[in-house]
Amino acid sequence: MQYVNNRKQSLVVCLLLTIVLGAWPSDLLAGSIEEQTHLLAAELRCPVCQNLSVADSPSEMAIQMREVIFEKLKNGESPEQVRGYFVSRYGEWILLAPTRHGFNWLAWLLPFVAILGGAGIIVLRIRRAIRRGHGPNGDASRPLDPRYATRLETELKESER
Amino acid sequence: MATWKKLSLLLSIIPLLLLLAYGFKTNPREVPSPLVGRQAPAFALSMFDGSSNSLEALRGKVVVLNFWASWCFPACYEEAPHLEAAWQTYRDRGVMVIGVDIQDRDTEAKAFIERLKLSFPNGPDPQGKISIDYGIYGVPETFFIRKDGTIHYKHVGALDAKMLKAKIEEML
Repeated sequence: MQYVNNRKQSLVVCLLLTIVLGAWPSDLLAGSIEEQTHLLAAELRCPVCQNLSVADSPSEMAIQMREVIFEKLKNGESPEQVRGYFVSRYGEWILLAPTRHGFNWLAWLLPFVAILGGAGIIVLRIRRAIRRGHGPNGDASRPLDPRYATRLETELKESER
Repeated sequence: MATWKKLSLLLSIIPLLLLLAYGFKTNPREVPSPLVGRQAPAFALSMFDGSSNSLEALRGKVVVLNFWASWCFPACYEEAPHLEAAWQTYRDRGVMVIGVDIQDRDTEAKAFIERLKLSFPNGPDPQGKISIDYGIYGVPETFFIRKDGTIHYKHVGALDAKMLKAKIEEML
């Protein structure tokens, strides 16, 4: 039981680390301004091709946005400042991933809650089914169908002959 | 399954269904601008006729800043005559109508201006800096800027005469 609890705790810690580390600024790991530009552009939604990032979109607006990102980084602005600039112009909608504050936490945590909740329900159902199967004489609340009982008796007698 | 379990399962699904219903009713193209109510971003524009304009120089005037493109059919073609009419009506009352041509070619843009007989100043934004500064995500989009330089209203899509008149009058 302790082993199971430790495993559960490890799983929860892993999930929390995933959320927290996901917030780790990726720009800390970037190298050149071109790399930083690409990383930042990948975080922004193309206003024209809205299911694509600014990094992936072929639209002219995306190309111009990439140029703006590059210029701002070249002028010494931090990635955070560049992100803030686009949010101040387009709203948080411009970010492909919702920010981690307020009501937005629902978007980050709900999938994990749903997965854990679903897994919990499955585990409970399996345990219940196992308990019913391991109980004295199986599930005593449901007596054996008389047709099966008769057939079972007949076949047992034949096998003993 | 016990009745209370069925009921609790149903109750847990209802909030999710309500959230989905709300989401499906909203238009993903209508993104509210965070600039409304704030100071309009500064811009300097060289016009197609050789003149120039800047927001700073227009302080004290009501500004109707319209973003368009010659390939924007039919919306830009529908609203252009209304913008021209508003310019003719209100230019002597301290209103400036300015067109910003984005993601376009100069020849086609000038042809658009000539075809629709537009007399209000228009200029290109070749690198998209003005359009990105204003959070543009499509054309046409129009900003109504008060005399003190704050943005009163942003309109997405083609403007009609009624909307133009209403928004300008609100600022005068």
